[in-house]
Amino acid sequence: MKTKTVDCDVLVVGGGMAGCGAAYEARYWGRDLKIVVVEKGHIERSGAVAMGLSAINCYMGMRWNENTPEDFVKYTRNDLMGLVREDLVYDIARHVDSTVHMFEEWGLPIIYDEQTKRYKREGRWQILIHGESYKPIVAEAATKAADQVYNRVMITHLLTDAEDSNRIAGAAGIGVRDGALYVFRAKAVIVSAGGATHVFRPRSVGEGAGRTWYSPWSTGSAYALLIGVGAEMTQMENKLVVTRFKDGYGPVGAWFLALKATASNAYGEDYELKYKEEQRALYGNYVDAKPFPTCLRNDAMLREIKAGRSPIFIHTEKVLDTREKEELGHEDFLDMTMSQTIVWASQNIDPKKRPSELQPSEPYIMGSHATCSGAWASGPSDLSSKDYFWGYNRMTTVQGLFGAGDTIGGSAHKFSSGSFTEGRLAGKAAVAYIREKAADRSPSLADGKTESLKEEIFKPMETYRLGKNMITGGTVSPFYLYADQGVVRLEKIMDEYVGGWGSFYMTNEVLLNRGLELLGMLKEDLGQLGAENLHQLQRAWELHHRVMTAEAVLRHTLYRKETRWPGYCYRSDYPGLDDKNWHVFVNSRYDPRTGEWSLFTRPYVQLIGG
Amino acid sequence: MPTFVDPNKCDGCGKCVDICPSDIMHLSNSIVSGRKAFNIEPNYCWECYSCVKECPQHAIDMRGYADFAPLNHKLTVLRDKEKNVVSWKIKYRNDMKNEFQFPIRTTAWGSISPPQSFQNPSDEEFRSQLLAHEPGYLKSERGLATATKP
Ligand SMILES: Cc1cc2nc3c(=O)[nH]c(=O)nc-3n(C[C@H](O)[C@H](O)[C@H](O)COP(=O)(O)OP(=O)(O)OC[C@H]3O[C@@H](n4cnc5c(N)ncnc54)[C@H](O)[C@@H]3O)c2cc1C
Ligand code: SF4
Ligand code: SF4
Repeated sequence: MKTKTVDCDVLVVGGGMAGCGAAYEARYWGRDLKIVVVEKGHIERSGAVAMGLSAINCYMGMRWNENTPEDFVKYTRNDLMGLVREDLVYDIARHVDSTVHMFEEWGLPIIYDEQTKRYKREGRWQILIHGESYKPIVAEAATKAADQVYNRVMITHLLTDAEDSNRIAGAAGIGVRDGALYVFRAKAVIVSAGGATHVFRPRSVGEGAGRTWYSPWSTGSAYALLIGVGAEMTQMENKLVVTRFKDGYGPVGAWFLALKATASNAYGEDYELKYKEEQRALYGNYVDAKPFPTCLRNDAMLREIKAGRSPIFIHTEKVLDTREKEELGHEDFLDMTMSQTIVWASQNIDPKKRPSELQPSEPYIMGSHATCSGAWASGPSDLSSKDYFWGYNRMTTVQGLFGAGDTIGGSAHKFSSGSFTEGRLAGKAAVAYIREKAADRSPSLADGKTESLKEEIFKPMETYRLGKNMITGGTVSPFYLYADQGVVRLEKIMDEYVGGWGSFYMTNEVLLNRGLELLGMLKEDLGQLGAENLHQLQRAWELHHRVMTAEAVLRHTLYRKETRWPGYCYRSDYPGLDDKNWHVFVNSRYDPRTGEWSLFTRPYVQLIGG
Repeated sequence: MPTFVDPNKCDGCGKCVDICPSDIMHLSNSIVSGRKAFNIEPNYCWECYSCVKECPQHAIDMRGYADFAPLNHKLTVLRDKEKNVVSWKIKYRNDMKNEFQFPIRTTAWGSISPPQSFQNPSDEEFRSQLLAHEPGYLKSERGLATATKP
């Protein structure tokens, strides 16, 4: 088996929205640097935007005085029940408009309002686009900016420096096409490897299991890679549950915000504000936030479902009264969730005539949407207090290791444009880091590192090779476990013990401790993963990453002794929100040498008053 | 509705294999039918249509996920990078039909100016909080916003 060693200055792991922003910006400021992007798919259609998107969900519109970064901080703080890193959120908001204007110049069709001559708003923060080619357009810019894009290489490990274990030295992974071990040595690494699905049991079953709302190729690498080198993580308990069209998972934004569709219970009654006083008793004055926080909307829906008044309907039939609206409604799905169109076509649901069902999804782990799990990162020097600043914007607690997009915690509501923007922030900061801290210091790997990596990374193929002749055939073997078998075990543990949809997102300390025990055994079994080929080897490492992510989620959920985000997760033993004790970030660090986790809190610091 | 491939149209070019974000379009090599693509793992298919749009032979089609999509529907797509439009045709189970066409890009493919084609930024800009093309691209009178550090 071949080893391919690549030396570079900036290594971008994951060429999705954030990774493309990182490559673009690193090149802008670092003309003389070698910039490499490594991507497990193909950059043209990789990541959560593979299908396209029909809206850009984060745009201030400062040129038209529509919103300010201050407004955006207040909005995200309320939506996240009082807990965001305001320095990071503000930083995204103040830059995001320039990103969107750049996209428009590159050729992304943004829809204008004919009357106002401004971008057509879907909602206060969202603008409508014809976004089928969103990703290929952004990828074109990133590809031109980078020295090289390595497609079909899955990063399995980050590497730290032989002389300083808290300093990044590169990354290693599998060439999924050529079967080589890739070792990248880099002065700075930016991880932008997306969120995590298939950590919790999906609602879809069998063949349909790929129909998660977030992409099935979001495999938690962003979290596991960082955790594995001891980076501090935050808000991993802040799982995302999204309310979507049932089964097809068609997004609801355009329908609720632009088309002004309403939702009701089975009997046509509006239920959303019905539980406000009960919610106030448990969760305090966050119920008065405007708009009503996303998790509380989920909570109201769950109460209605538990009361036996489902299905919850979205009344498309009441709003599609013109061809223009019908086009908008259909494009919303055809540009980003075609499966929903297929649900309509296959089940004879004409959205002009009949409502559709809504349902809350399985939980996902994400840093860019209405939740903010991910790495604990430094903010910018002009905004961040001493608790939140250690030299370089978006640098994690590991020297030279940066993150962006779903990777970075504490800054919700970035979405596609904010993730790209955060990539830009990390890209520029990585160039500064290299100039100031790594100009004449090359990364060094411990002796024998390549050999030990090779053995570890390719072990599942060896395990399969040795075990396959001990059974006549089929997939049932006591000698090895296939990755897809392990995924199902993980999903079952997380669903039943850590608050999946099967338990109405509810858990408690006893359940969590039992879950931790079972997860521990799954972790041990990962040593017996078997892979018949390179594709299955990729799946095996994706499972490793999902399990590491899951463990962080579980430990954080156990540590936070309150219910901060009802509708996403409930602690039945601590059913209320407790601002007195828990208006803080829950952070963790895994020690790569001992395998021990430590959990602790970090203070919330307010940047914007009001 | 994961993908399936029409053996009479597929010529084994491998474009779907290159593009699939899930790494599930693979080529089989049978003595009888030759090199043909197929979906090796339908339960990891997102129905993202990336492969469908990419196939030069229009050999790839979808059949909605077996667990919730009844049969006899069709959603077909044509993406035209010359005219820069994408066209969709929907056929319902009850034969109702609908068609839509949307723009995909306003500029020619390959026309983006890379960052290195812009003038080298100054040291002062480098030390500031500005990103590439800012403050100009913010198009805001306020310029780059800042707040008082707590
Ligand atoms: C259905 C849907 C609808 C959405 N709607 C909107 C919307 O309307 N507006 C909006 O603004 N946003 C929307 N979003 C959110 C938006 O897509 C995300 O916020 C954004 O893509 C996150 O960017 P990212 O770079 O962090 O992750 P991604 O874009 O997912 O990129 C991660 C990349 O890392 C790669 N990768 C992962 N692991 C590895 C590894 N181990 N080695 C190498 N490469 C790896 C992946 O292949 C991928 O390319 C939507 C998302 C979905 C799924
Ligand atoms: S792109 Fe089309 S023709 Fe080429 S291998 Fe795939 S299915 Fe066959
Ligand atoms: S639809 Fe998407 S996920 Fe499914 S096979 Fe095609 S490219 Fe892969």
